This record gives sequence, structure tokens and C-alpha cells, in this order.
Amino acid sequence: MIDVDGVHVTLGETAVLTGVDCLVERGELLGLVGPNGAGKTTLLRTVNGLLEPDAGTVTVDGDDVAALGSKALSRRVATVPQTTSLEFAFTVEEVVEMGRTPHRSRLDWTDATAAVERALARTETSHLADRPVDAISGGERQRVLLARALAQEAPVLVLDEPTASLDVNHQVRVLELVRELVDEGRTVVAAIHDLDLAARYCDRLALLHDGHVAAAGPPASVLTPANVEPAFETAVAVSEAELTGAPRVTAVADRPARDCRVHVVGTGRPAARALGACWRAGFEASVGVVPPGDVAATLATDLGATAVTAPPFAAIDRATREAVRDALDAADVVVLTTEAPDPASVEHLDDGRAVVDWRDGVDADAVDALDAEAGGESPQSDRPPAVVAAVLDELDEGVTGDD
Amino acid sequence: MRPSARAGLWSGGLLVTLAVAAVASAAVGPVHVDALVVAKACLNAIGLPTGLGVRLADATALGASLPVPVPVIDYAYPFDFALPGTAETIVRRLRLPRIALAAVVGFALASAGAVMQGFFRNPMADPSIVGVSSGAAVGAVATIALPLAIPFGLQAAAFVGALVTAFAVYVIATTDGRTPVATLLLAGIAVQTFLGAVISYLLLQSGESLEQAVYWLMGHLRNSSWAEVEVTLPLAILAFAVLLAYARDLNVMLLGEGDAQALGIEVERSKRILLAVSSVITAAAVAVAGVIGFVGLIVPHVMRLLVGPDHRVLLPTSALAGATFLVLTDTLARAGPVELPVGIVTAAFGAPFFLFLLRRREVHAL
Repeated sequence: MIDVDGVHVTLGETAVLTGVDCLVERGELLGLVGPNGAGKTTLLRTVNGLLEPDAGTVTVDGDDVAALGSKALSRRVATVPQTTSLEFAFTVEEVVEMGRTPHRSRLDWTDATAAVERALARTETSHLADRPVDAISGGERQRVLLARALAQEAPVLVLDEPTASLDVNHQVRVLELVRELVDEGRTVVAAIHDLDLAARYCDRLALLHDGHVAAAGPPASVLTPANVEPAFETAVAVSEAELTGAPRVTAVADRPARDCRVHVVGTGRPAARALGACWRAGFEASVGVVPPGDVAATLATDLGATAVTAPPFAAIDRATREAVRDALDAADVVVLTTEAPDPASVEHLDDGRAVVDWRDGVDADAVDALDAEAGGESPQSDRPPAVVAAVLDELDEGVTGDD
Repeated sequence: MRPSARAGLWSGGLLVTLAVAAVASAAVGPVHVDALVVAKACLNAIGLPTGLGVRLADATALGASLPVPVPVIDYAYPFDFALPGTAETIVRRLRLPRIALAAVVGFALASAGAVMQGFFRNPMADPSIVGVSSGAAVGAVATIALPLAIPFGLQAAAFVGALVTAFAVYVIATTDGRTPVATLLLAGIAVQTFLGAVISYLLLQSGESLEQAVYWLMGHLRNSSWAEVEVTLPLAILAFAVLLAYARDLNVMLLGEGDAQALGIEVERSKRILLAVSSVITAAAVAVAGVIGFVGLIVPHVMRLLVGPDHRVLLPTSALAGATFLVLTDTLARAGPVELPVGIVTAAFGAPFFLFLLRRREVHAL
């Protein structure tokens, strides 16, 4: 339906797009993602005809956008702009009515057609029809702009950050509506800066970076740390949002690089939080022994960290024991998050390792008991105190940061 | 209510107001004329165009007389009341041409003002924002100050000066076929400043004709004739019709040029047409009446307050309100013991009224 072929755009002195290729199928929602300034809006403007590419072509349904007149194009492509100057007292209905412009002759002054009423009803803005457009909220305004685009009755819809200034409720409602429109057969291209929302609602994503499409495809294949980290220049963890099944991207600003390994002993949420805190603090981290599917195991996979797994309620086999031993040997510090560590880990906790105790709500008696069981040695004896202190600090920080 | 119905209703009301204002104004003057006689004389003066012809007129240029084809409109006069000769002459030959010209000039300036404010999305825009008035002033003052140098009449010189300036500003502000309104605005201000210097220099050189030049600059309707009405009225109506045809485009362009383009408006083409036509209509008004400020600025503002931002209603109502406003202010200008240039009256009454609206926060940005 939309074919972007080798598009170059230079704005002023800056080459914004340097060879963008992108195909949008009929009845598909393509999300454009990428860092600020990656050229998402610029690309959209070549699709809705506001910018003519310096090189390359954009075709909509086979017609070259640059060759179509404004009126002909606006019957094929409707646009929901990121911002619009609505600082005058047109009513909502009048603004939505302006969406009919492509279908009107200049001297046709009739108003309020069925298409306008449908668009108002569809976006749940009928009750606002007579309100001045400068006296409604941001969320309502976005729906009004969407209504205006719907009134155009064009098969292609271009959305530039449709959820940028909306609260969570309105974000989801706007995108649910867009999703419905796509399911009814419209073709939509949307620049969405919120990666999670983009992943949740789009059929495919195109990641723009450095003026070209760095990755394109289903959300799960595009939103990988390998794709996202260079584009956004930040460390990310990609996990699956259990509620929606969509990829969830968590960015970590300035994850420091530390030449230090931490192994977390424990399972479940306490171990996961300790693992996450260590990873965010820049440590290389591993966890185990944990059952496969344990939240700590899932997180380790998402973070690209090692998880030593073994089925629950079963004897720990030799291979697992060795894996635990290797992980512990590689670690500079061991973090203990459970009162009842797995037997494989317990076996090796007495080798004079630096053990940091982080067991929520565990009192001193229990720690003493564990110490006695582990051999009675002072847990922080052999390791440089600075490393241990750093781990402790980072853990405290990370944990308070989480709460 | 549909916009066409609203526009019709408002325009009807304003037309009646304009007619009443015109008749009332015709009764004002140094010689007392009975009100009924004035009304009948006004009716007698109504002429309906019945045909268009061309005749050759002599134009004097560089001392030689040249025949120039001039379009001529034939009129039919439906009313023919018998009236005392002097009264009818005073009303029809002296007062009515001036009133009619005031109406045409007010009509032209206010409609151009409404268009320019929408076009620039700027509440301070007025018809002369692209330098039309300054250009006209250079033409007119040059004719007055250096009478031998310019072989046209003063009005033709002003008209040509206005259009040349507007075109120059447009060309300066245009790159690659695009004319950003912000650039246009700044180019207009720069050119106006430059022409202001030219006007000041010409005034210094004008010697004995200084008073005449200053009087023209203040804007006046003295010595108006039916001939001026006959040229400006058809031009104003024609230009207004074009502007009205673009009223919907103007509405959409208020959303911003990007939005307008995405909604199917050929923005740059519409801008060119709107700019050209409102420059022509302003140039015509300024050429016959000099620089009359404020009509094109405050009348559209006040009407926007009353009828809202929809140009389909705003444009005709502003035009008719502008006509009425200028008829009334010009009546004031000539009613006193000393006749004032009407530009002084419009500014003296318009500015405080505008400030009053501003203080009551009823005038906003567009």
C-alpha cells in the first residue's frame, strides 16, 4: 500500500534521511520507532506529501506522492499531526468538518455531513461538538484531530506521535481505536516514541536510526537489545509484559561498566530484584540455582545474564553442581537472598568467599545460624573491602530506587 | 445555523445599517437639506449597471494627448423623484460620491484586513502589512513632490506603487516556490521601513506641496467623485468575490500550513492568490483615499468577536462593517467646523475602542 523506496531528505544542512526503504501492507499498522531526531516525523512528512524527497520515491497504492496534487493526495492519506495551532475559537465540529475539505469544491459551503457525525461518534467526541476547540483538554484535542482525519475517509492514516501528550488512559484508548481502524482495513503508519505501546499495538515496527531503517519486522524481532541499544545509546533490558504479551523495554541510563562479577543465591522475586540491582549497577551477574521459569531465571535471560537452572523438587545433578561451582568461582562477590539456599550453592559457600547478606527481614540470629552452617567464617574476609562496599552501596541504592 | 445562512443574515442586517448610515450622512453638511429630500435624492442616485462598453479617452502623458481605451458601464436609474435642483445637486454631486467612496474604501480595507489577519495568523496584521500602503505613499508623494517626473495621475501612481511594492516583498520572501508567512511579515516590515525613508526624503524635497503630501498621507476623502467610485467599486466587488471563494481555504489555513496542505489545500497557490487579490483591493482603496489606518485592523477584530473565526461569515460582515465604519467616521471628519483627514478620525476613535476591548479581554489572538 505504501512503498518508501530509497528516500533521502536533507533539511537545511542536515541529512535527515539517507536511504529509507520501507513497505507497509494494506490493513497493517506500522510503528515508526527511534530516538528523538531519528527522522520519524520527516519520514511521515514524505508519506503525506508535506516534504518532497531529494531522492527516492514514496508511492501510495501505486501513485507517486510527489506527483499527486494536494487534494488528490489528501483523499488517499489523512494525517493526525503532532501539534496543531488550535488557538482560536472554532468549535470541535467545525474543526472536524474541515476534514471534509478534500471532498468539497471551494464554493460548497454545506456543513456537518454524515461523515463528520460518524467521525465524532467514532472518537467519542460527539458531546464536544459545540465546544470551542481551545477549551478542551489535551486528550480530547487528540481525539478531535483523529476525528478530523477520520472525516477525510482516506484509506491511509498517518499519525505523528498520537499519544505523546496523553495520560495512560487516553494513550490506550487512542491506540485501541487506531487498532480497530486497522482491523477494519485501514493502513496506518504511526510514529510512536513509547516503545512498549508501539510493541503492543503495531503489527510491525521499523526502527529508524542514523537516517535509515536499522531494523524492521514484528515488534519482538525489532526490540532486541542488539537493535535498541545502539539506536538509543542506552542500555536496555527487554522482557515480556505478562499482561499484554508484548515486549517491554526498560532503559537504564548510564549503566557503568564494572569489572566485577556477582552471583546471586536464591530464587523468586528477592533473587530477581537482587539480580536486577546488580545488573543495573553494572556488575556482571549470574543467579542460581533456580527453577526454569522462575522470575529470576526469566530476568537473567532478559538481561543476558547466566542462570543456573534445575527442576524444582528434584535432586540436583552433578552437572548443575559444577555449573554452580563455576559461577561461584567466577564471582567476586556472592549475594545471598534467601534463608534456605539450595544445597548445591551451600556446598560452596564455605570456601572463604565474600558473601553479602541481603535477606529481607532476616534477623541476626538467622544470619549467625547460616554463618555457622557455612563454616563459621566471617563472610567478608578474603575480598577487597572496597568491592564489597561497592556492592552493598549499589544494592541499597537499587533497592530503595525500586521502592 | 449553517454558515451561509449566518453570513446572509448578518450581511442583510449590516447592509441595512450601511444604507441608514449613508442616508444619515448625506443629511450632514454645511447646507441644511430636509431629511425626506435627502432620502429621495439618495434613491435617485441609485444606478443599476445594464451594460459594459469601451470608449476612447484622452490621457495626457508627457505633454502629448493619447487615446486610451476605457471600459464604460451603462447604468439605469430606477428612481426619479422630482426634487429641488440645489438640494439634489448638493446631495448627489457633492455628498453622495464621498459617502459611496468611503463605503467602498472601508469595504476594501476591512475585507483585506480580515484576510491578512487570517493569512498571517497574526492579530496585528492589517491590509498594508506587505508594504502596500508605503508603496502607494511613495507613488503619491512622488507625484505631489516631483510633479514633472511622473506622467500618470496621482492615483495611478499610488496604485502602481502599491502593487510593485507588494510584489517585491513577495519575491523577496519567496525561495523555492515557498513563501513562509514569517519571512513575508519581516520582509514587509523591512521594505516599509525603507520606503518610509524614501517618503521622508521626498517630503523634504516637496517644498510648497508639503501640506498636500502630508494631507494625502493622513488619508482623506475630500474631493471624491463618482468617477473614482466607478473605478474602485467594481474592482472591490470583483476582488471580494475572489476572497470570499477562498474563505474555506482561509479557515483551514488557520490550522497551520502543514495541516492545510494535508487537508488538500494547495497552500502556496492559495497564499499567492490571497496575497495578490488583497493587495489589489487595498491598493485601489489607498490610491483613492490615501493611508487610512485602523479600519483594516480593528473592524475584522470586532467582527470576529461577534461572528466567530469562520471566514465565510467573517469576511462579508467585516467588509460591510468596514464600509459602515468609514462612512460614519468620514461624516464626523467633515461635520466639524474644520474638515479633518478621515485617517485622524478612524485612529482617534478606533484606537481607544480597541483598547477598551483589549482591556475587557475580548480581543484575543485569532
